[in-house]
Amino acid sequence: MKKLLLATAAGALLAGAAGAEEIKLGVSLGFTGPLESMAPAMQQGAEMAMKEVSDSGLLLDGSTVVSVTGDSTCIDAAAATATVERLIASEGVKGIIGGMCSGETIASLENVAKANGIVMISPSATSPALTDIEDDGLFFRTAPSDARQGEVMAAIVQDRGIGSVAVTYTNNDYGKGLADSFAAAFTAAGGTVTTNSAHDDGKADYSAEVAALAAAGGDALVVVGYVDQGGSGVVRAALDTGAFETFVFPDGMVGQALEDNFGSEIEGSFGQNPAAEGEGRETYLSMATEAGFDGSGAFSAEAYDAAALMLLAMAKAGSSDPAVYKDHIMDVANGPGEEILPGQLAQALEIINGGGDVDYVGGTAVELVGPGESAGTFREIQFTNGVLEVVGYR
Amino acid sequence: MDILNALVVFLNFVFIPAAAYGAQLALGALGVTLIYGILRFSNFAHGDTMAFGTGVVILLTWGLQSLGISAGPLPTALIALPFGIALTALLVLGTDRAVYKFYRKQKAAPIILVMASVGVMFVMNGLTRILIGVDEYRFDDGARFIMDVRTFREMTGLPEGLALRSTQALTVVVALIVMVALFWFLNRTKSGKAMRAYSDNEDLALLSGIDPERVVRLTWIIAAGLATIAGTLYGLDKSFKAFNYFQILLPIFAAAIVGGLGNPLGAIAGGFLVAFSEVAVTYPWVRVVGYLFPGYEPSGLMQLLGTEYKFAVSFVILIVVLLFRPTGLFRGKSV
Repeated sequence: MKKLLLATAAGALLAGAAGAEEIKLGVSLGFTGPLESMAPAMQQGAEMAMKEVSDSGLLLDGSTVVSVTGDSTCIDAAAATATVERLIASEGVKGIIGGMCSGETIASLENVAKANGIVMISPSATSPALTDIEDDGLFFRTAPSDARQGEVMAAIVQDRGIGSVAVTYTNNDYGKGLADSFAAAFTAAGGTVTTNSAHDDGKADYSAEVAALAAAGGDALVVVGYVDQGGSGVVRAALDTGAFETFVFPDGMVGQALEDNFGSEIEGSFGQNPAAEGEGRETYLSMATEAGFDGSGAFSAEAYDAAALMLLAMAKAGSSDPAVYKDHIMDVANGPGEEILPGQLAQALEIINGGGDVDYVGGTAVELVGPGESAGTFREIQFTNGVLEVVGYR
Repeated sequence: MDILNALVVFLNFVFIPAAAYGAQLALGALGVTLIYGILRFSNFAHGDTMAFGTGVVILLTWGLQSLGISAGPLPTALIALPFGIALTALLVLGTDRAVYKFYRKQKAAPIILVMASVGVMFVMNGLTRILIGVDEYRFDDGARFIMDVRTFREMTGLPEGLALRSTQALTVVVALIVMVALFWFLNRTKSGKAMRAYSDNEDLALLSGIDPERVVRLTWIIAAGLATIAGTLYGLDKSFKAFNYFQILLPIFAAAIVGGLGNPLGAIAGGFLVAFSEVAVTYPWVRVVGYLFPGYEPSGLMQLLGTEYKFAVSFVILIVVLLFRPTGLFRGKSV
């Protein structure tokens, strides 16, 4: 009897801490596949935000947040769908940071997330197709649409006095979307696109593709591809045959691997990827260094912001139920309210718990527009003396 | 000058890549044709034998590199190659013992052996992936170029550049040496003659005291050697990825069939024919034509087929040859 009483009392105590729960967030990124070299820094970014929130003990009466990772493979929509299915059905996650690539993200959003009413915030899916997608208010992204990146890239190429370019893109949603938006913007600004042709990933040899691009000609080659895949193969073949000397790299290509693979061979080549400047980014970079990883990796800060947004929205909604907190993501992302930088999540939670408003800025100067996607700041990069360096922001 | 420029563009983008690719296909097709001529079935596992052999060579190359052994300007893989061939030969001999010997004893129809080889293909497929994984590896070291574009431009003063990678030259040279050695072996040595006799008429060969099992063993060892050399050269020139070796099975078979299955000379001709067709059909000729006929400015790229259709070219060649000349250009055994 005594024991039973004790147990009941203990139970009552536990129930007393009602809201405190263990919130699981899924991290569905392409840990294998064409962007595998970018995925670890993204995962670490997202987990850093979760740890910050857990450690503060201020989310929903001291709830803790744990991450559950899954491999979205980036290119295999079926595998990504299965991964997200597993995260939701057997792990019971309350939201998903991911997917990583556009095609895979569209597939898992439409087939699994929507059916289960789970919020997805992608740090890196950039296809313009995701802007208009029917998402039941469940999909957000901290990366800007490629429609915007195409315009920025066209402006960068124009500003460098290059009048004609050849474009090659990886044969998928991301490649085609970005290549087309770039071609449209560049042509509209008076430039010439000599050819806009696809290359397939995973081939041993790209000399035929490069021969075709070389025949079309142009002052530079725009490589809308993946650095761990065909993109690097195309650049290799173009350098070997002397077809092109200057390359333009959008976000899928900008990464440490590019510098490792080519270094001084692509001197003077340039490009851009989404990444903001300013205090938020600096803070994020030093936080990442402290945590033991390189925060300047592509989309790493976006991943941190995605996780932070999701958790702040839960706090704002007072619930970890996706159906409830999905409506609060835009609230916390945009003004009015106190501006929140990386490392200030505890402060943000305090403000929210006190009934105040926050305007999450984070590592990438988050400003969600339209149906919930980042307005986008891009950093312009350039290869000087074999090193990838940032030359400006747009 | 314009004619020179046209020639340089042609050499750089068509001739050199096609010649190297052709040599790789020819070596692969020689292995297929040899098995067909002597063991009388189309060996679908040949592509994956190539992948396995190359995988072994890469692992050995890494070992040698970590020991600090290198071949100077040549790729280290060349030192590893003989050991790779030996290990691959052991694998195919084991496969023959375990699989093909049974069907041979039963005098099974060729189609059954072909199906058995498809099974072997899947097993080897998995074996290679367990051994080295599914990723892409580049294992060429040593000097990268014999002639690079910048040097060529400075030497000649031509606006067009010409590049010759050392792996391309190496591929063609090694392929030539292997082909000469193979023909010498088949035509001049007792074992080679025994193999040809067995190929022409099995029963007659048996009556003349030729040991059939020895001929079979020799054939497998030579095929393993050809496969490993072809695979290693392909990997050095391009890159190694297990899946790509499964894909080049199609052009290799196209080459062997175009030349005439069972005819070694045909396999070589077929290899180069398929390679040159693939490259020439998907190459946009606009710049070559532009140099040759200065006044003429074509509106398009003068490209017959997009580069995505490269593999389709082998298919078309295969179908045309099978329709109009089923025994191949060099009169092989009928299929």
